[in-house]
Amino acid sequence: MSFLEYAPAPESQAILNLRSEYGLFIDGEFRSGGGKPFASINPATEKHITTISTASADDVDVAVAAARKAYDRVWSRMSGADRGKYLFRIARLVQERSRELAVAESLDNGKPIKESRDVDVPLVAAWFFYYAGWADKLDHVGLGAAPAPLGVAAQVIPWNFPLLMLAWKIAPALAAGNTVVLKPAETTSLTALLFAEIVQQADLPPGVVNIITGAGETGAALVGHGDVDKVAFTGSTSVGRAIAKSVAGTNKKLTLELGGKAANIVFDDAPIDQAIEGIVNGIFFNQGHVCCAGSRLLVQESVHDEVIDRLKTRLSTLRLGDPLDKNTDIGAINSAEQLERIRSLSDVGEAEGAERWTAACTIPDNGFWFAPTIFTNVSTSHRIAREEIFGPVLSVLTFRTPAEAIAKANNTPYGLSAGIWTDKGSRILAVADKLRAGVVWANTFNRFDPSSPFGGYKESGYGREGGRHGIAAYLKTAAPTAVTAPAKRTPITKGASK
Amino acid sequence: MTGTQIVPGERAVALLGGEANDANLRRYLHGIPGVDAVGLEQRAAGLGTRSIKTTSKAWALDRIIGLVDLTTLEGADTPGKVRSLVAKAVTPDPADPSCPRVAAVCVYGDMVPHAVQALGTAHGDPDQGKIAVAAVATAFPSGRSSRSIKLEDTADAVAAGADEIDMVIDRGAFLAGRYGQVYDEIVAVKEACRRADGTYAHLKVILETGELNTYDNVRRASWLGILAGGDFIKTSTGKVAPAATLPVTLLMLEVVRDWHRLSGDKVGVKPAGGIRASKDAIKYLVTVAETVGEEWLTPHLFRFGASSLLNDVLLQRQKMTTGHYSGPDYVTID
Amino acid sequence: MTRLAVPKTYKLYIGGAFPRSESGRTYEIVSAKGAFLANAAKASRKDARDAVVAARAAVGGWSGATAYNRGQVLYRIAELLEGRRAQFVAEIVDAEGVTAAAANAQVDTAIDRWVWYAGWTDKYAQVAGNANPVSGPYFNISVPEPTGVVAIIAPQDSSLLGLVSAVAPALVAGNTVVVVASEKLPLSAISLSEVLATSDVPKGVVNVLTGSPAEIAPWLASHQDVNALDLVGAGALDWIDLQIAAADTLKRVLPPENGPDAAAPSLDRITAFVETKTVWHTKGLI
Repeated sequence: MSFLEYAPAPESQAILNLRSEYGLFIDGEFRSGGGKPFASINPATEKHITTISTASADDVDVAVAAARKAYDRVWSRMSGADRGKYLFRIARLVQERSRELAVAESLDNGKPIKESRDVDVPLVAAWFFYYAGWADKLDHVGLGAAPAPLGVAAQVIPWNFPLLMLAWKIAPALAAGNTVVLKPAETTSLTALLFAEIVQQADLPPGVVNIITGAGETGAALVGHGDVDKVAFTGSTSVGRAIAKSVAGTNKKLTLELGGKAANIVFDDAPIDQAIEGIVNGIFFNQGHVCCAGSRLLVQESVHDEVIDRLKTRLSTLRLGDPLDKNTDIGAINSAEQLERIRSLSDVGEAEGAERWTAACTIPDNGFWFAPTIFTNVSTSHRIAREEIFGPVLSVLTFRTPAEAIAKANNTPYGLSAGIWTDKGSRILAVADKLRAGVVWANTFNRFDPSSPFGGYKESGYGREGGRHGIAAYLKTAAPTAVTAPAKRTPITKGASK
Repeated sequence: MTGTQIVPGERAVALLGGEANDANLRRYLHGIPGVDAVGLEQRAAGLGTRSIKTTSKAWALDRIIGLVDLTTLEGADTPGKVRSLVAKAVTPDPADPSCPRVAAVCVYGDMVPHAVQALGTAHGDPDQGKIAVAAVATAFPSGRSSRSIKLEDTADAVAAGADEIDMVIDRGAFLAGRYGQVYDEIVAVKEACRRADGTYAHLKVILETGELNTYDNVRRASWLGILAGGDFIKTSTGKVAPAATLPVTLLMLEVVRDWHRLSGDKVGVKPAGGIRASKDAIKYLVTVAETVGEEWLTPHLFRFGASSLLNDVLLQRQKMTTGHYSGPDYVTID
Repeated sequence: MTRLAVPKTYKLYIGGAFPRSESGRTYEIVSAKGAFLANAAKASRKDARDAVVAARAAVGGWSGATAYNRGQVLYRIAELLEGRRAQFVAEIVDAEGVTAAAANAQVDTAIDRWVWYAGWTDKYAQVAGNANPVSGPYFNISVPEPTGVVAIIAPQDSSLLGLVSAVAPALVAGNTVVVVASEKLPLSAISLSEVLATSDVPKGVVNVLTGSPAEIAPWLASHQDVNALDLVGAGALDWIDLQIAAADTLKRVLPPENGPDAAAPSLDRITAFVETKTVWHTKGLI
């Protein structure tokens, strides 16, 4: 056996103590849902993990009512210091149960354990730590003294970073004094339900966090609910658009974190080995299931061949396989449906005349898998250069001058993220200025931090998560008093239900 | 063992398209893409998280032993100390005859005859299962002496039977931008490695990366060492902190990989100093395998310069064989 | 014997020029007492389209100007307005039927509003931006940037102040504007355009349409090259439909406001039309 193949090093599942079925977490306790339960499967094996409840419209009502009651009677009246202490508790509990959460995440989502262990779960704890500290410092958020929470937040999150997206949503909402009803994605509900257990261990007052499971219908019922004050959604642009329409005319504040088609721009003076790593991390991190993935590689023509050559060599060392193996670099695609989308868009790429290259790797018999793939000779007009594939597929385009790189990078309705690779500091700053993207990584890619705002331009959504901006999205300026009132503004709304 | 047979300096002339003077070398070395420290260190850290278990681990432990330059470089070294070192090199684990031998013993130049004598028939090419004698030379570790002394130091050790010469570059000249001087000296030392029969002792070029300080410098010095005809580039003397680190070694391996892409030649890499635990040594093996390929994990292309590492590997090896944790009384001191 | 006055032809203001509506349409503007004042141009969807093209073309220059420069340009508007205040007072008295004192107060406030927003150009980024202490070897900074082209439905019950209150904050960050003036009180908007045209505001940065907001607004709300929509004066329109149309390209939208203090001065009005960009940069000493 070759050393490089490495012997299997699977992370043990013994740490998990899963139930055979999970209910909805409403008002501090698990209860069964009114809809038809569904199976959660392991995308790497297609084996059954557990049974998940579906929240009916009535369940959504109950959950929102529980959140409203908790908001009115407990959470909005609690001191910021005490809210913060609850969040610190949660952060610690996440750290204590981090191995368990990482294993559950990889099992349910298909992402490599080294990512759930080293990226997702540590960031979840960091997110709660960060926002815990904000809870008693809201005067300094930038909205003036004593900003007010919004009320009940409806939060719908995607399947690519299930627990991390939960943390992005719940931590700032609670710190600001809101209560939440959160719906995880249908295929990745598991860690949200484990998080519900953490909420119980933290002794958080009932109803402050409610977690309801189900498919798109449940999500639509939640964001459309009349007694919700804030909607936060992360997911596809098409669903985001529908949500923006559904809240039109209401008082609901809206944050949308949607799709992307990020340009990762490599100049000819780039630190080449780090750029190769950045390209790999940019598009193959989490199997490319990343809204800010560097899915369009824009490489300066003069170094195109060398970059591609080195990239292919590097990709040949990536290990695809069991997500729970500690040496796995590329895990499973999250669902059969997503795999089908990646396949069909890749076929389109080939049909449009781009040149396809796939790393040689053994694909397991069961489960959903897609080997790392590069398309070269891609033009800006190709669909694989415009549409979000959300998989381990990289489209390579070229440019000749910085101006052309910027023009091509911005030539998209999306605007979530971008990357710049060059050794020249002044060029980094100037190019970063011109890129129409909410997050720009210079000589790095796919870095996240709770203190760093994240979110898009254009059709990648609006609002920011992370940092001071992230908590401001869950607050409003204090109601003006008679004495200090600046000129009064009266927003008009259509039939608010409260 | 025998080093490359090319005329010293030939590599550089071919690549630079001209004389290897300060200006030409500067133009070339400063045209190499830069290194982003954060990215390099993250990549090294990522490689360090590989989990090497069971059969892979057993193979790795044995291979580490076979790649060790078992070293003693003390002012207090004596023939007796060197004999003891050689005995350990030949029989690392007296309780286990299946335990492989190390690649070489590494000593000061005046200790070479004692090492050669102590090795006896075990002396030879590590690729053939024998043990080589490596000598540090060129006014090791500082390198601060006249060139004639450095060359004599080298020739002496070769004449005494050293198979490998671990030279230090002139870091002062390098940092002052006198690349031509550094280059010329390596070429001259390489020439001093020439034996009467026209073969060359293997030349390891120590960059002393802890003094070069920046990754860009390490990358340039690595190229310089290779262009001047080094068979190996080596991180450190072990006398300066930091000595070998995983990011520095990764960076040097990347240069070796790029040189191989460019020329087809294979140059070796030797991290030295500070690698004491098996767990760390395994990270280096992973880094070699994933950067230049597994074929580099042979004594003529990769070495560990170490002394205490060997016993830790032996403890781990015993654990794998017996299933119990071992203790320091169950491995020998040299 | 009194001199016969020379009345002004009120046209649109697009790309720094004063074209008539491409449709050739006008509509009659009457005073508060019902007297004929002028025939204003009645902008069509194609005029709106042209205005968006002009606004888009101006984004690069305006957003790329230094904040100090934008501040001086906005302050210059105040200076010129001050010099032509008599004209605006007269127009407001005629159109709104208010007293000269009230008209004077409106002009004063409008001028002061330009001054207030002029001072924000080189400050809002410091207030709305951040250096972020991320846990890693990175320089990380968040800066607000203009969102692009902002379409505005100006307050309908104000000649000058409502318009200025909505347009000025959008310009602070470097956005360009297509504004639909008050349908009944559009004359001051065109007079303001004449001020803008003779000040230092680059062409295309502000484009003013007169006519029917109900007719033009849907085209702006659904226009794919418009980044944001300020519905402050759209309360009487079917504005929920406008929001729904705007959602197709996920425009940033401000809702309608009522009352004399609509579009009151605030930092929120500036930051409503900015995007926060966060840049990560590795830091390495060695």
